Amino acid sequence: MSTTYAPVSEPITGSAPVTGRPAPRPATPVLSGPDLPEQYLELSMGPQHPSTHGVFRMNVVLDGEQVVKLKPVFGYLHRNHEKIAESESYLGNMPYTDRLDYICSITNNWAYALAVEKLGSIEVPERAEYIRVITGELTRLQNHACLLGFLLQDMGASGTPLMYAFREREKVLDLFESLTGARMMCNYLRFGGCRVDLPPGWLNRAKAFLADFPRFLDEFERLLVGNEILMERTQGVGVLSRELAISAAISGPMARASGLNYDIRKADGYSIYNRFSFRVPLGSHGDVYDRYMIRFLEMRESVKILDQAMRDIPDGPIQNPAVKARLFRPKPGEAYGRIESPKGELGFYLISDGSGIPYRYRVRPPSLINLTVLEDLCLGHNVADVIAVLGSVDIVMGEVDR
Amino acid sequence: MLGEGIIKGLAETARNFFGSYLTKERLTTVQYPEERLPQNEAFRNFPFLVFDGADSEAGLRCVSCHICEKECPPKCIFIEKSKDKKPDAVGKPQFYPVVFDIDVSVCMSCQICVEVCPFDAIKMDVEYDYPTEDRFAALLFNKHQLAKSNDYYHQIHPTEASAVDAALAAERESAAAKAAATAAAAAKTAAAKVSAESRAVKASPDSAVESITEPPLSGGDGL
Repeated sequence: MSTTYAPVSEPITGSAPVTGRPAPRPATPVLSGPDLPEQYLELSMGPQHPSTHGVFRMNVVLDGEQVVKLKPVFGYLHRNHEKIAESESYLGNMPYTDRLDYICSITNNWAYALAVEKLGSIEVPERAEYIRVITGELTRLQNHACLLGFLLQDMGASGTPLMYAFREREKVLDLFESLTGARMMCNYLRFGGCRVDLPPGWLNRAKAFLADFPRFLDEFERLLVGNEILMERTQGVGVLSRELAISAAISGPMARASGLNYDIRKADGYSIYNRFSFRVPLGSHGDVYDRYMIRFLEMRESVKILDQAMRDIPDGPIQNPAVKARLFRPKPGEAYGRIESPKGELGFYLISDGSGIPYRYRVRPPSLINLTVLEDLCLGHNVADVIAVLGSVDIVMGEVDR
Repeated sequence: MLGEGIIKGLAETARNFFGSYLTKERLTTVQYPEERLPQNEAFRNFPFLVFDGADSEAGLRCVSCHICEKECPPKCIFIEKSKDKKPDAVGKPQFYPVVFDIDVSVCMSCQICVEVCPFDAIKMDVEYDYPTEDRFAALLFNKHQLAKSNDYYHQIHPTEASAVDAALAAERESAAAKAAATAAAAAKTAAAKVSAESRAVKASPDSAVESITEPPLSGGDGL
């Protein structure tokens, strides 16, 4: 049962869904409590479950091993992010955005900076745009590497793939630390540019890392692609149809694994993404396997973008001198800035009333919205498959609960 | 063949395992408390207050303007301004903080305070070993714990500190030049005034000096 996959922008041609697996059943109306029929068992998975990536609970109703109903329960990590933001200055909100999706802080900064820049009609210097693309794509690399490690860990490949993935991630975090001062809470972008310029030698180190990265990808693919256990666990599991992906507003790699050709880097062409040649990988089945593979393909495309960006980066200023970080007061109005974060469409919606703090501040988190279809993906599958499905959605609870 | 994929994967694991004996690249673990990686120059942890010279009280650059206190996102800074003034590095009388507390259990190391400080008085430290059994008092750093010398700042962030020193020196120079120019201009007008007026009226020679009231550093606007 070997698997091949075609090059990018062609659907992933995995082997046919594994036969012998029971077809997913339609949802049956099940009530919990005393009305629960006797053959069903209601189980609370989480909130402290190693596979739930933080504190996340699923109320699962089981018929034997099979899921007949699943209700996600979130809110355990709620930190009042949006309301706090309405009492902080525009600058003061920047470090809080780091803590949304704490694995990719720079893309969070970027989405927020983009929204504020729209609000205040701020131009960004060319070099700063390149730095944003470079750091943003490095963030994508480390996020996807992390996710693959976590997904395999959840499915029982204890340790090894996760450690290999973290080894690579650590190299990206080292680059981030020497640039921004922090490994994860970078707080790097500013309205109209970036906080500091690249230190001397940074670009060469990043280039060296990038030259080495495809080797890691090959190694990681050899490690598990074609592994019979992985195939059995992932193919045909948690199928998300293209129609459901569209109607549930799924975005990011999860939508693309279902064959939906939608990438905001292409659709909006924000920043300078229209200068780079890269392709959007698409899946064809929309199962866990496609969601797993699509991350590999996206990382390969990110490497291409990074190669071009590091080649073309110009000299120049990194910050628009007209913008003062402190005492920034945009004109009254509203703006929605969105980017293709590693997890999907990350958007910030801001309303300004002309004062120094946002009147309304709203986050459109990809993790939460991608998580809403969890029940549809899990029905009819076994309990163990729920873990694999959840892992493939790629959630970070900091972003889901905010 | 069934199991082929598994065997291929195990070969990869074996390559990494045996490779870890041969190449440093595959053995990336650092035995932390005994071995430590060199710190990045840009690394930041918690803020500290910079003082010039030897006296941590008199040399403190902070003029208690409350900007960092207002801008701090988690509001972990508490400042109490002095009633009297003391001369700063340029010699100009300035307020100073009587109380300057940072609760590092609240601080999120975002360095917004460093960015907004117009006096280069607060900078980020690299110290991260703060284990304590006391959750509250031991993590509330007061002015004396926070004050660290400019030499220490040079030690931990050499590039940044040199840039700051150069900027401060330039500012001091321009302030001194400006003061000299103002004094000269004032002396000139005073002299002109003296000569224009009748000799019977005696001009006060001190009136020229008092006009230097402009702050030497730009900042503190609006607050």
